[in-house]
Amino acid sequence: MVFLSSARVVLDQADISRAVRRISHEIVENSRGSDDLIILGIPTRGVPLARRIAETVAQIEGHPVPCGALDVTLYRDDLRLREVRALEPTDIPAQGIDGCTVVLVDDVLYSGRTIRAALDAVHDLGRPAIVRLAVMIDRGHRELPIRPDFIGKNLPTAKDETVRVRFVEIDGVDDVMIDSESVGDADAG
Amino acid sequence: MGAVVLRGGAPYGLDPHDIVIDDGVITAMTPSNQSGSNALPAEGVELELDASGCTVIPGLVDLHTHLREPGREDAETIATGSQAAAMGGFTCVHAMANTSPVADTAGVVEQVWRRGVEAGIVDVRPVGAVTVGLKGEQLAELGAMASSAASVRVFSDDGLCVHDPLLMRRALEYVKTFDGVVAQHAQDPRLTEAAQMNEGALSARLGLAGWPAVAEEAIIARDVLLAEHVGSRLHVCHVSTAGSVEVIRWAKTRGIPVTAEVTPHHLLLTEELVESFDPIYKVNPPLRRAEDVHALREAVVEGTIDIIATDHAPHPREDKDCEWAAAAMGMVGLETALGIAVEVFIESGLLTWRDLADRMSTIPARIGQVADQGMPIAPGSAANITVWDPSPQGPLEVDALVGKSGNSPYLGRQMPGTVRHVLFRGRPSVVDGALA
Amino acid sequence: MQMLGKHLLSAGDLDRAQALMILDTTAELASVTERSVKKLPTLRGRTVVNLFFEDSTRTRLSFELAAKRLSADVITFSAKGSSVSKGESLKDTALTLEAMGADAVIVRHGASGAPYRLATAGWIDGSVINAGDGTHEHPTQALLDAYTLRSHICGGQGDLQGVHVVIVGDVLHSRVARSNVLLLHTLGAEVTLVAPPTLIPVGVESWPCSVSYHLDDALMQADAVMMLRVQAERMAGSYFPSTLEYSRLYGLDAPRLELLKDRAIVMHPGPMNRGLEISADVADSSRAVIVEQVANGVNVRMACLYLLLGGAGSQAGGD
Repeated sequence: MVFLSSARVVLDQADISRAVRRISHEIVENSRGSDDLIILGIPTRGVPLARRIAETVAQIEGHPVPCGALDVTLYRDDLRLREVRALEPTDIPAQGIDGCTVVLVDDVLYSGRTIRAALDAVHDLGRPAIVRLAVMIDRGHRELPIRPDFIGKNLPTAKDETVRVRFVEIDGVDDVMIDSESVGDADAG
Repeated sequence: MGAVVLRGGAPYGLDPHDIVIDDGVITAMTPSNQSGSNALPAEGVELELDASGCTVIPGLVDLHTHLREPGREDAETIATGSQAAAMGGFTCVHAMANTSPVADTAGVVEQVWRRGVEAGIVDVRPVGAVTVGLKGEQLAELGAMASSAASVRVFSDDGLCVHDPLLMRRALEYVKTFDGVVAQHAQDPRLTEAAQMNEGALSARLGLAGWPAVAEEAIIARDVLLAEHVGSRLHVCHVSTAGSVEVIRWAKTRGIPVTAEVTPHHLLLTEELVESFDPIYKVNPPLRRAEDVHALREAVVEGTIDIIATDHAPHPREDKDCEWAAAAMGMVGLETALGIAVEVFIESGLLTWRDLADRMSTIPARIGQVADQGMPIAPGSAANITVWDPSPQGPLEVDALVGKSGNSPYLGRQMPGTVRHVLFRGRPSVVDGALA
Repeated sequence: MQMLGKHLLSAGDLDRAQALMILDTTAELASVTERSVKKLPTLRGRTVVNLFFEDSTRTRLSFELAAKRLSADVITFSAKGSSVSKGESLKDTALTLEAMGADAVIVRHGASGAPYRLATAGWIDGSVINAGDGTHEHPTQALLDAYTLRSHICGGQGDLQGVHVVIVGDVLHSRVARSNVLLLHTLGAEVTLVAPPTLIPVGVESWPCSVSYHLDDALMQADAVMMLRVQAERMAGSYFPSTLEYSRLYGLDAPRLELLKDRAIVMHPGPMNRGLEISADVADSSRAVIVEQVANGVNVRMACLYLLLGGAGSQAGGD
């Protein structure tokens, strides 16, 4: 991955933590308490974001909030368009998701296809009472009728731009960048 | 026909000569650079063939050919096999007995012989079966075949081994009556039940039932001792292992009258080709290790192995277009034998052309006792002549093979030259690389 | 990511990274098997053909279930009798399958190398998975064995470095042994083959394993012992004098089980000859992971199908 000089930072570390705090508060308010709340991150960068949100919600509520990972690769509609992908870990909290409020978490919302796949995956895992969606960046250009419930930042983009979210847990740094040049590995979101 | 003049070819790759052939015999030879030669007959030169840049050798004699007729005319016929032989530079082939019906009676061998005469472009010498129906149980009527119109002198159950030692002894003894020879397909049947390839590290890995070298070597060892004991000639077909070479070398040192042949494919190809599981490489005896190939070449050079024989084994496409175990064993070889021999022995400098002519013409003619074949390129000799053109060829294509079957392992291979002309008993059978 | 080739023909085709990728994918897919909805939409619209020239209900069902769990359309073609005697039927069958648009052909055949012919003769375009060919290979069996070993001995992660596996029985005729020797070696395990010399192939020196004729000595080192099926008809080929003698010298029974390390496991590719290579009490003991091997087989085969068919294949450019 090579970032060209045209890349610019749109959120820095402080912006990201503020966004995580705000999203967490909104989740608590929206779900009127967190008794049946489960936070599921979509790999790769949805997972650390989900973990941060779960920790923040736990601090607000004063008790742990179950958090896991949901790999949606096997549900994607674009498998035949690309080389086969390695599966990422799926880790569903032991109690399952039946009757719960599931909050799906991803870093960037773009076409909506990943979330479509995630909804199918959730459907196969059980029957949650409510499914919500939290994303760090909504960059527009939806191809499906999907809308996020909790948003870190709305970031209008052109289709040829690339949005790159980085988290300390994976990338060693917290920031969000936008790049007008294609950098090859477009975000799938 | 009138006289034929072969111009500018080099007998045995030496100095270019003009060779005059009249009435089936070489009548004169003059160095090509001498102008005003009086060797040309005063009148009646019917055909002049340009052989400049080419090597002239005696017409090749194959001691081991499967022509498949009668019985498997879908694979080859005596006519198509004769054509393939001519195109490969042969003027005489020995048609193996494992046909259907088996060539184990005077009637069948005479039929084969007659069909060969009808085809008329090579001598087709039938090989008689040693045992009735190749069953290895009872001697066939060897004497009747010997005294038939086909005058059979070579007897073989090739494809199968005469494995009963007593029967082999009797056959060796019996053919002394007419100075025949038993050509043994040395393969112990019990040691090679369901065998698919050379036994060793590769067969272990590929899970193909192994064909141990000892299955060949043990039979050869037994047979040379039998031949010594009864004082008979023995010929060993398609020797394929270094161990067999050692046994034959030992036998020859002892003075046992044994001769042996090796196929072009055993002189070139190794078992690694089986890794592809492509049955084009399935053959009996199987392709062996590089060490074996090396030993076989050495044996040909030193004369332990006397001759090169093709074991031309045509099979229709469906017999090779299948999984390995189901495929037939064998490769066609008449049309490529000389090219492979040139690549292995001439280009490497291991043999001179005269040496190679001995091993592919003179000695096989002697073993098979064929009159007028294998004679030197010299005035007075019967005019069975092959002209080899060493100009480089494109990759071998299946369409270039005139035989009925295309199961050649050399398809796509660059051949070192081609047969340009062949004269069979003074008449052209191949002219400019095409059937005359 | 380290791609698999187009086909899965031999365990020897897999390098360490590829083998680990299959095992890791298997682990992810195993969780699907544990939930109530076991089906995934991944291979919807793909056609997988089970082409079985040899009876093997277990392997066929395992592949069938694996393909169905990934939503592929599955056709099963069981050729009656021996194709070897029919000659060209392999080609004709292949052409038929090609006309039906098979994306993958899972082939079980009595002739060693038959899957190679299918993959290389130009008869079909799809992927070929070797589900056991003659006495050659059975790569998915080796993969499920490796997966089973890894989950019992290595905590379900990484390779099999330092794990000592003893494989006992008819190595000569065993495709399971061939594939396991190759794959387990690739994954860093040490393999010892134990059999009477008649059932060890000539040329075994070139295999990346050691060989012993004495079971008891080998068992003491083992982290796992894999018993191979011995067919009673081998007796007719003089490979051993009697089934009784075979079972006495090379069968795994309760007293021999005692020689094993505490946590060593007992494996068998099935179907078992209880009383011949393995005694009933061993087969049913807590050390035996034979049933688990079967369950892992489905997941491993799902992983292979996903990795071979779950992407664009060779025609699309990778990134």
